[in-house]
Amino acid sequence: MLCYEKKKNALTVRLSGELDHSVVTAIRGELDSLIAQTGAKKLIFDLKGLEFMDSSGIGLIIGRYKVMSRRGGSVAVSGTDARIDQLFRMAGIYQLVERLA
Amino acid sequence: MSVINEMRLDFAALPENEAFARLVISGFMLPLDPTMEEMADVKTAVSEAVTNAIVHGYGGGAGLVRLSASYDGEGEMQIRVIDHGRGIDDVPRARQPFFTTSPGEDRSGMGFTVMESFMDGLDVDSVPGQGTTVRMTKRIRLRDDAVPQRA
Repeated sequence: MLCYEKKKNALTVRLSGELDHSVVTAIRGELDSLIAQTGAKKLIFDLKGLEFMDSSGIGLIIGRYKVMSRRGGSVAVSGTDARIDQLFRMAGIYQLVERLA
Repeated sequence: MSVINEMRLDFAALPENEAFARLVISGFMLPLDPTMEEMADVKTAVSEAVTNAIVHGYGGGAGLVRLSASYDGEGEMQIRVIDHGRGIDDVPRARQPFFTTSPGEDRSGMGFTVMESFMDGLDVDSVPGQGTTVRMTKRIRLRDDAVPQRA
């Protein structure tokens, strides 16, 4: 469901399976602890392994954007398929979050 | 066109049933031979409506969510998600992008916008204190020989 890796100042979080409200509720606390523990300045969501995402995923990312902004950091996403991309564009996420290849 | 298949399911308003509802609606629409895209549209919209019922309708408390669906011989699906929770005070406002009543909980407020974008019709009927009914329509483009016709 969630694994991560820290390199220098960047924390990469890989999500797999289905990202819905029940999963977001389960992982957002863990993510915020990871951000605090690692002191990362950049948070990268790798979404390549996701099989499903609804608007709960948008909420998760905007919420982490707020957390990282307060710490003077930033958020990026990678591995977005056409569908996730469509959801992100609908919510204007790319105004806040960088999209990596 | 008259309905050729229908289903109805009541389940507890628990977050783990969001995935269950997606599974059920995917299975129900299989005889229409939908594309991956159509299947994902419907799954996502149902996920949004069911999540709203659980999170907002019942506010995390106990209750039953009803998912019902039908389709006709032309591949038009009608889906309803019904709760008997607290209802929505101002439906037009709730349907606006980014509107959320729980800003501290990382809800994006995009649920209705997503349902509207991915489905061909969306109608929200709510009575405060009594509950909410979300009706959605999706036309699945039929390929030859797709639908098992009733005699």
